Amino acid sequence: MSKQDAKTTPRHNATISLNLRVWRQERGSSRGEFVGYEVNDIPVDASFLEMLDILNEQLNNRGEDSIAFESDCREGICGTCSLVIDGLPHGPGQCTTCQLMIRDFKDGATITVEPFSTGVFNVVKDLTVDRSALDRVIQSGGYVTVHSGPKPEPNSIPVEHAVVEDALDASACIGCGACVAACPNGSASLFTSAKIGHLALLPQGQPERNTRVVNMVEKMDEEGFGSCRNYAECQASCPKGISIKYIGRMNGDYIKATISGGDRRGEMQAN
Amino acid sequence: MITLDAKIPSGPIEDKWHNHLENAKLVGPRNRPSYDVIVVGTGLAGASAASSLAAQGYNVHVFIFHDTPRRAHSIAAQGGINACKNYREDGDSTYRLFYDTQKGGDFRSREANVYRLAQNSTAIIDQCVAQGVPFAREYGGMLANRSFGGVLVERTFYCRGQTGQQLLLGAYQALEKEIHQGKVKLYPKSEMLDLVKVDGRARGIVYRNMVDGSIHSIAGEAVVLATGGYGAVYYNSTNAVNSNTTAIWRAHRRGAAFANPSFVQIHPTCIPVSGDHQSKLTLMSESLRNDGRVWVPRKKGDKRSPGDIPDAERYYYLEERYPTFGNLVPRDVASRAAKVVCDEGLGAGSTGYSVYLDFRDAIAEKGQDVISEKYGNLFDMYEEITGESPYQNPFRIYPAVHYCMGGLWVDYNLQTTIPGLYAIGEANFSDHGANRLGASSLMQCLADGYFILPQTIGDGLQPLYRDKVSTDHPEFAKIEGEVRDRIKRVMSVKGDSTPLSIHKRLGKVIWDNCGMSRNETGLKGALRDVEALQEEFTTNVNIAGKSEDINQALERGLRLMDFLEIGHLMCRDALERDESCGCHFREEHQSEDGEVLRNDDNFGHVSVWEWEGEEGEGKEETRHQEKLDYEVLQPATRSYK
Ligand SMILES: Cc1cc2nc3c(=O)[nH]c(=O)nc-3n(C[C@H](O)[C@H](O)[C@H](O)COP(=O)(O)OP(=O)(O)OC[C@H]3O[C@@H](n4cnc5c(N)ncnc54)[C@H](O)[C@@H]3O)c2cc1C
Ligand code: FES
Repeated sequence: MSKQDAKTTPRHNATISLNLRVWRQERGSSRGEFVGYEVNDIPVDASFLEMLDILNEQLNNRGEDSIAFESDCREGICGTCSLVIDGLPHGPGQCTTCQLMIRDFKDGATITVEPFSTGVFNVVKDLTVDRSALDRVIQSGGYVTVHSGPKPEPNSIPVEHAVVEDALDASACIGCGACVAACPNGSASLFTSAKIGHLALLPQGQPERNTRVVNMVEKMDEEGFGSCRNYAECQASCPKGISIKYIGRMNGDYIKATISGGDRRGEMQAN
Repeated sequence: MITLDAKIPSGPIEDKWHNHLENAKLVGPRNRPSYDVIVVGTGLAGASAASSLAAQGYNVHVFIFHDTPRRAHSIAAQGGINACKNYREDGDSTYRLFYDTQKGGDFRSREANVYRLAQNSTAIIDQCVAQGVPFAREYGGMLANRSFGGVLVERTFYCRGQTGQQLLLGAYQALEKEIHQGKVKLYPKSEMLDLVKVDGRARGIVYRNMVDGSIHSIAGEAVVLATGGYGAVYYNSTNAVNSNTTAIWRAHRRGAAFANPSFVQIHPTCIPVSGDHQSKLTLMSESLRNDGRVWVPRKKGDKRSPGDIPDAERYYYLEERYPTFGNLVPRDVASRAAKVVCDEGLGAGSTGYSVYLDFRDAIAEKGQDVISEKYGNLFDMYEEITGESPYQNPFRIYPAVHYCMGGLWVDYNLQTTIPGLYAIGEANFSDHGANRLGASSLMQCLADGYFILPQTIGDGLQPLYRDKVSTDHPEFAKIEGEVRDRIKRVMSVKGDSTPLSIHKRLGKVIWDNCGMSRNETGLKGALRDVEALQEEFTTNVNIAGKSEDINQALERGLRLMDFLEIGHLMCRDALERDESCGCHFREEHQSEDGEVLRNDDNFGHVSVWEWEGEEGEGKEETRHQEKLDYEVLQPATRSYK
């Protein structure tokens, strides 16, 4: 049933059954396998993760180890949830895994559930992966160097409405890593360019603009992420709809920065 | 026995913070690197504090149960952050923000702290803009404002419906920079399970590595808890599913007093519960009440679709009951009013427990484009979850648990009753009394983390120069042993109830009896019910899997143990506060038109609970009082009529 049909015929109190093929991998092991589970009587108003909660309760009751998967806010903003569902990071629809609702699935369907694993994100256990490489990319320059303390009056530097909105489109990134999981080349370009793009748009991001882009792009390579080959799968799977235009801008900035050298005032490390 | 010295500085209220800073002991920049400070949590409070302390030169160790600092629950805050910039020239000032917060909290907070919060509010905006936080701007390039409930000025700064995310990213990036420079060491997936004290001082924590299950400890000269609120005790709440009370509860069991545990905010605009499977409730930002109108059908059991109900048959109960504030009354008032109309049988939806929040008039007046630019993501979010579009039909909303005003008791330095242990952000009790105004938690978290703690912590640290304790001290081995025993105990019961099933029942008991409306009989019954659930947990819980592995059932079980205890204390606190105030509506104490009746003579104080008995063993809680001095603002009846 498509989303549209489901909306016109609200079926509150209805339930469906699903056949899951879930990737199970023990911690510390390099190999895993798909295990089949049949889950019955799932309320259509439940979310996909609540369905996994129901399954885990059943496993726990049978004395079996529950399926490890991550989630926290369950409203699409923290970026913790990370499942590949039927081959798509975060499943069908432009949302996060936790926002998928059971009513968007067909009764009796067989669904394959895998982790966001790529060359860089290793499986920790079952459906959980290690995404710390993304933090290290931010560490290499995804910030404005300021200490806590008195700062100038913000209205003394006007910022155009449209510019702020553009910056916010980029900084809406939730750091889930779906872009990396979707990319045939395992590139983190969308993630990295979103941060670079956000800060490059704002006056506050200018002093470190050149060193930032150089350091972050180089860090991305060093962490083993692939390079961007314009597949644009990242944009298609981004739950926040972040545009690949930021990748273009990042590449432009990178070239400019490598030609012109460091920032005019040198590195602004405040130690 | 504990002594409660709030250490409020002398002088007129405007000068207290300044005087305090002038007299505080300082640690010089060259000595700071010799201090190890442990910060637990990287929400707005923890991330801002940790990055500020590291930038000052302290050696900071940061613990989170998340995989990265950016996932902390602060990320979910939607609506905005307050600051009395008075950009709108609508009469805002430090005093006005102080006044609104004190009145909003129904005169149950400490004046000196609230005033300091208002004083620091404007610097937060400056700080965040300097970090690159993209606050909404007007067309001329100036910062934009919106209004929130309970106030008559527009002082809320926002980034669409994702203000918490943008503020947290600012703090997170500052923290990542310090990690890169080696000033902060991050311990992700590490859950604090206990506090270690040596000679009465907080000297470290014991934590579990959630990936391999190993237990470790770490020593330092100060421990800062920035671990958020305990609203998840209700099971269904707007908190993230992993939010929990373990860090502050374990600190409480080691001697940190707990203040006002029963003060919990129930947020009026959330998506209603749809069934037993539900794992969390989704908040619809209160900013929606700026343009949306709240109503229910006037007739009981009116099953017509909302669009077919003419105006004359709609009961705009907030506008009718509170003409001055209308749809923008504070949260406690709005929530209770929704409960009252639903209890009367006027509620909408199949359960009868929801009310309409209607944008029909706003769309007609301002156009759909304007409404969707302001609230688009909230409308979409609602549609994703419920399958219904709020552009066509009104939102259906109902109150849900949202925020804890209660928390660890702290003095003016944000230090708990255990020397060396600090609590900041939602984890402490300090600024919101019996009810918090919208957009003021983000303000408090960042004031605590960027400006207050970094300037008060030195006072406690300075005397400890080179006085270090290491984890070789026997106290560390002892507490680690206790934690291992606790884990072994819960794993070995192998009964029939999963932690989730017990948690759901606990949540229902607390929601029914210690939620929007409370009474003596209900609370006494709840205490017995919680004790029965505690017994069931101890004798019949079932946790499968291994403890030396990722084990989410075990994590849940350990957290539930502490929820059961805090749930009990919440009911006791609500029972003994024999008055109504703010969120705490005791049915025995209400005016003729159903508003709260405070009793300042007997309850003009903070209730402060001390865990008694053998350290970590006892069960008896003793209630102390911190008397509130009303020097500036005499408590008045809080009217929004
Ligand atoms: C949906 C929603 C919307 C909101 N909107 C607004 C708003 O618009 N304006 C506003 O002012 N307020 C809002 N609030 C309230 C506000 O978001 C929170 O009160 C605030 O973010 C709390 O921040 P914090 O730093 O205290 O804790 P949190 O952000 O909750 O962070 C807690 C941290 O502690 C860590 N932690 C906890 N326990 C442990 C442990 N035992 N061991 C290791 N680490 C631990 C976690 O990993 C996390 O990093 C909202 C709240 C919700 C739920
Ligand atoms: S759990 Fe937070 S985005 Fe899905």
